[in-house]
Amino acid sequence: MRISVAVDGVTYSDDVEPRTLLVQYLREGLGKVGTLVGCDTTSCGACTVHLNGLSVKSCTILAVQADGCEVTTIEGMANDGQLHPVQQAFHENHALQCGFCTPGMIMQAASLLNENPDPSDREIREGLEGNLCRCTGYQNIVKAVRQAAGTIQ
Amino acid sequence: MTITEESPETTLEVGRARLRKEDQRLLTGRTRFTDNLSVPGMLYLGMVRSPIAHAKITSIDVAEAKASPGVIAVFTGADLADDVGPMPCGWPLSPEDKVPDYYPVAREEVNFAGEIVAVVVARSAAAARDATELVDVDYEDEQVVLDLEAAAAGSPYVHPDWETNVSTHWVFDSAEAGTGGDVKDEIDKARQDGIVLQRTFRQQRLIPAFMEPRSFLVDPTGDQIVFWSSTQVPHFLRVFTAIATSTPEHKIRVIAPDVGGGFGGKLEVTPEEFITFAVAKKLGKPVKYTETRSESLQGAHHGRDQVQRLTLAATKEGKVTALHVDLLANMGAYMGLVGPAIPILGAYMYNAIYKFAAYRFEVKNILTNMVRTDAYRGAGRPEATFAIERLMDDLAVELDMDPLELRAKNWITAEEFPFTTVAGFEYDSGNYEAATARAKELFDYDGLRAEQAERRARKDPVQLGIGISTYTEQCGLAPSRILGRLNYIAGGWEHAEVRMLPLGTVEVVVGTSPHGQGHETAWSQIVADKLGVAFEDVEVLHGDTQVAQRGLDTYGSRSLVVGATAVLKAADKVIEKAKPIAAHMLEASEDDLEFRGGHFWVKGTDTGKSLAEIAFAALQAHAWPEGIEPNLDSSASFDPDVYSYPHGTHLAAIEVDTETGAVAIRSYVAVDDIGKVVNPMIVEGQVHGGLTQGIAQALFEEAVYDENGTLVTGSFVDYLVPSAADTVDYVTDRTESPAVSNELGAKGVGEAGTIASTPAIVNGILDALRPFGVTDIEMPCTPMRVWKAIRGAEDSETPSEAQPHFDAEGGQA
Repeated sequence: MRISVAVDGVTYSDDVEPRTLLVQYLREGLGKVGTLVGCDTTSCGACTVHLNGLSVKSCTILAVQADGCEVTTIEGMANDGQLHPVQQAFHENHALQCGFCTPGMIMQAASLLNENPDPSDREIREGLEGNLCRCTGYQNIVKAVRQAAGTIQ
Repeated sequence: MTITEESPETTLEVGRARLRKEDQRLLTGRTRFTDNLSVPGMLYLGMVRSPIAHAKITSIDVAEAKASPGVIAVFTGADLADDVGPMPCGWPLSPEDKVPDYYPVAREEVNFAGEIVAVVVARSAAAARDATELVDVDYEDEQVVLDLEAAAAGSPYVHPDWETNVSTHWVFDSAEAGTGGDVKDEIDKARQDGIVLQRTFRQQRLIPAFMEPRSFLVDPTGDQIVFWSSTQVPHFLRVFTAIATSTPEHKIRVIAPDVGGGFGGKLEVTPEEFITFAVAKKLGKPVKYTETRSESLQGAHHGRDQVQRLTLAATKEGKVTALHVDLLANMGAYMGLVGPAIPILGAYMYNAIYKFAAYRFEVKNILTNMVRTDAYRGAGRPEATFAIERLMDDLAVELDMDPLELRAKNWITAEEFPFTTVAGFEYDSGNYEAATARAKELFDYDGLRAEQAERRARKDPVQLGIGISTYTEQCGLAPSRILGRLNYIAGGWEHAEVRMLPLGTVEVVVGTSPHGQGHETAWSQIVADKLGVAFEDVEVLHGDTQVAQRGLDTYGSRSLVVGATAVLKAADKVIEKAKPIAAHMLEASEDDLEFRGGHFWVKGTDTGKSLAEIAFAALQAHAWPEGIEPNLDSSASFDPDVYSYPHGTHLAAIEVDTETGAVAIRSYVAVDDIGKVVNPMIVEGQVHGGLTQGIAQALFEEAVYDENGTLVTGSFVDYLVPSAADTVDYVTDRTESPAVSNELGAKGVGEAGTIASTPAIVNGILDALRPFGVTDIEMPCTPMRVWKAIRGAEDSETPSEAQPHFDAEGGQA
């Protein structure tokens, strides 16, 4: 099937197998390997991207469902070499260690702040519930999201 | 946080919370995890895995899979028999250990569900996976061995020819070793006029569950075969691949690019690695294999899984006199790289921070039809710490003493260091009083005890418990001589090279192989101080055997203690090497020079030369003293004489809803003494993550097999890695008694949180429920188990056995 998708500001038009997952299309079709795959049950959130501004787990969306949509991945978050406030806050608060959950975690955090610009710690924790991290124990991630909320406001 | 630029002369880097150099690429998606890498012409593997836990393979039909679109080849164990030998076990406990042959692709039998029986090679990952379902394997079922205690007792057997499931029986006895008294004598004495506690604790099976599934890519198209692997141990991988595939070692280059967590789970040499290498070599084509999460949970090694039978003897005054540990350790069907030794990494730690008169430890390593167990964060020491800290709490209850007072009665006092324990190891430094005092203060111990009494008195349905864990651990793997005595195949040294580049910047090449620990940042800080160069001017290189030729990789909280010490020694050699050149350049005697702030100065003058100037002069090599080679590059190895012993006091306030069994952590205070700290920000991160993994053992995680040996927690839906919503903020602080075993005075921090936190949580739950007569709850302490324990105690019934996880607790998260 032919699809047309704008990914990180560039429009692509490709033939894809109907069963192709969005994350496979991003990684294997477009070489956008910044978006990672950590599980096969929509549990870990490593593959989170924005689809028309809302966070989705790209392992659970078919590429054909993204036809005509705008997709933002972790690779499209920084602007002119300037980190997105969530990326900057993750750096400043040591909210990443191995970095494997980080792309998904940042995309989910940015989406959370779009929906709720001033979340409580509890709301941050619940907003990130679908993204697993094995390294940080989440404390610094929560701190980073809190700081990013302040910066964006 | 803002980084201020100050001259390295005025501000030491070590001790600063430097933001990480590693972050930029990880934050922006410019990552080099193995599955992100591609090589032209690359083929993909799919693994056919046995759904049966114990069977003979009677036939394999690969015809249909071979005919599937895009499939290049299908290989069975027989097809690869000449290409790859058995998996290595690097640490049998004695030459007499029973170590079963473990072929990367099974040949005649399968011994756990998930074992690989055939490999499909195809032009895409999807085509490979599709075709795996077309391979037709016939099995003849055999009796499945799952229960650890039954397996230890007798038939049926995993490997019937041996007529036993016991691989080894290993004993340490303080009377025999001459390090303490006789356990039997002390226990007999305590039966007369003291107290004897007997307990059985179960360390459930856990899964390391690193976030990056394992991925391997092998490119055999050059003169060297390049092997990218998501491994903690690239140097081990190179050696063992050479042996198993009969490939000359110098023809293999192993690269561990970005690696997404390990926690011991990637301290392995795996069947999947050998298969990928062997197939690539056989076909002469680049080959990649990336496991699914379900394959990872099923086929990568697990951790823990022990039954601990414990006897503790004490006087009525609360002085512990003897500890007898009788352990059964579930190895699974085969031996992992260091699997058999995991229990003995804890063997010398059951006596923990205490002064016991007598100690005996024995372990039987048992074979079952499950995936192998091996290193998982803490490896042996969490089990030991859990056992002794639970026992100390139980003893305090028996004696009606405050559990911290009881501990203080038994621990090594600050004045007694260095102290040789009943297990025969010398603890170099520590101060349990200081860590405990600080933790009590931060925790408001007395206030919470008062609140606990008040809530007990008014029968509050939500009861408060205080969980205590005063742990220590043995870190800095390891003195090679000790490893040799313990029958380990490798040493424990580490290696580093410091290269002074002509324009004054520095390359540091290390044999440790980080996968999230921030070594690039921490090592830069250390070298910046040592050589007087800027933090930004240091580049740390690692994880590629072509660059870092020598090393023993990253695990066991060893990288800073052992690896960074090698870095410092190499940097010292750079300075020594520069000295005669500086003397030549400054036309001064070497004796008149001093090295300070990155310069050699003529003493008492402002005449000097920077290392950069000396390095450039070395490049030119125009005017040159005799007998000196024209560069400053230096390398050094370091083998520690002793282990290091981090310790700490962790206190957890636990609220248990007695009506629902729900457990909530109200506060958690961790005060750790890890010696000198290089980067407090990174240290805190290690502690947070470690605590969370230990708490997950107490509350959430368990690998469960059904009665047929099928892993039912085979996805992240069922294996409960905690999320942000399940965890809390921790209060962390440190006390400091520097290690004497290394120049930095560092002790290691990677495993501390995991070792300490599990008993703190379970002790807290039990402390809340003591008035209900609850004395034990098996981990993980799910609401169902807690609720049943309360009800069981109320009904004066023994709490039921471990519930079949799925039937009883399917809905609980």
